[in-house]
Amino acid sequence: MNALQQFLAMGGYAAYVWPAYALFFAVLLADTLAPRLRRRRVLAELRARLARQSARQERKPLSTPASP
Amino acid sequence: MASWIPLWLHKLGSPPTFYRFAGALQPWAMALALLLGAIGLYGGLVLAPADYQQADAYRIIFIHVPSAWMSMFIYAVMGVASFVALVWRIKLAEVVAMESAPIGAAFTFITLVTGSLWGKPMWGTWWTWDARLTSELVLLFLFLGVIGLYHAFEDRRQGARAAAFLAIIGIINVPIVHFSVNWWNTLHQGSTVNVFGQSKISADMLWPLLTMTLATKFYYLASLFSRARTDLLALEGGKDWVRKIAEDEASR
Repeated sequence: MNALQQFLAMGGYAAYVWPAYALFFAVLLADTLAPRLRRRRVLAELRARLARQSARQERKPLSTPASP
Repeated sequence: MASWIPLWLHKLGSPPTFYRFAGALQPWAMALALLLGAIGLYGGLVLAPADYQQADAYRIIFIHVPSAWMSMFIYAVMGVASFVALVWRIKLAEVVAMESAPIGAAFTFITLVTGSLWGKPMWGTWWTWDARLTSELVLLFLFLGVIGLYHAFEDRRQGARAAAFLAIIGIINVPIVHFSVNWWNTLHQGSTVNVFGQSKISADMLWPLLTMTLATKFYYLASLFSRARTDLLALEGGKDWVRKIAEDEASR
């Protein structure tokens, strides 16, 4: 058995040690990505809201009746 | 507010200032977390010798114990921030308290699952209802309760106040988790690391453990900064400084 295989075998406890480490990194990765995705969504929603607002303001003069 | 609080602290409490401050520090905190994490894991997985009783299975300690410490540390931060939020009604304190909860829940979850993966080969069981394990599970439910209560309200600030109240009540559980191994007979081993005295652990194993502890602290800081920034954008959506950020990022 070479050194790498021996390292990966973890003295026979590989089935417990590696899943523990995998979970540690998976959970923290998800925790890192969550605010980034939320940030993108929040800013996109805000831009959409601002675009709707400015569209409404531009439309207003046209929608008023031209003659009494 | 009281005049003994320095001006820069007042300024840091204002959302746009904190947004910039956290944005400047966040990459450094994350870089330090990754660097220390790499060093700590190399020390723990490669350099440290196998344990004389537990062989290589003990290597779960390098993530299990730092995560457990973080679960209590983050709960304490959340409790203090909640207190500040309730007493002085500082918006940033609410943000820090509420955005700490998911990170704390993540670390508590890691603690429980890695502990289970460690318990199976060493104790012969995935789970047992003893004091340490049960109080840590209660800690997870407290974090989830704070998150749930916060989101149960239509008005976010009202939700934050209700959840902050729950967080303060739940803080009683933190010393229970910590002292559970001394107060009750439990399957869980006692503390090996002693801040004020001699630690019952070899230096070859102690330094990677402490390095990982520092790494998780910096990770928490990085994650909190990133979450607080996002939350401030959502909370202050109508304000000019947030509009400017939204427009700047659209043009990029």
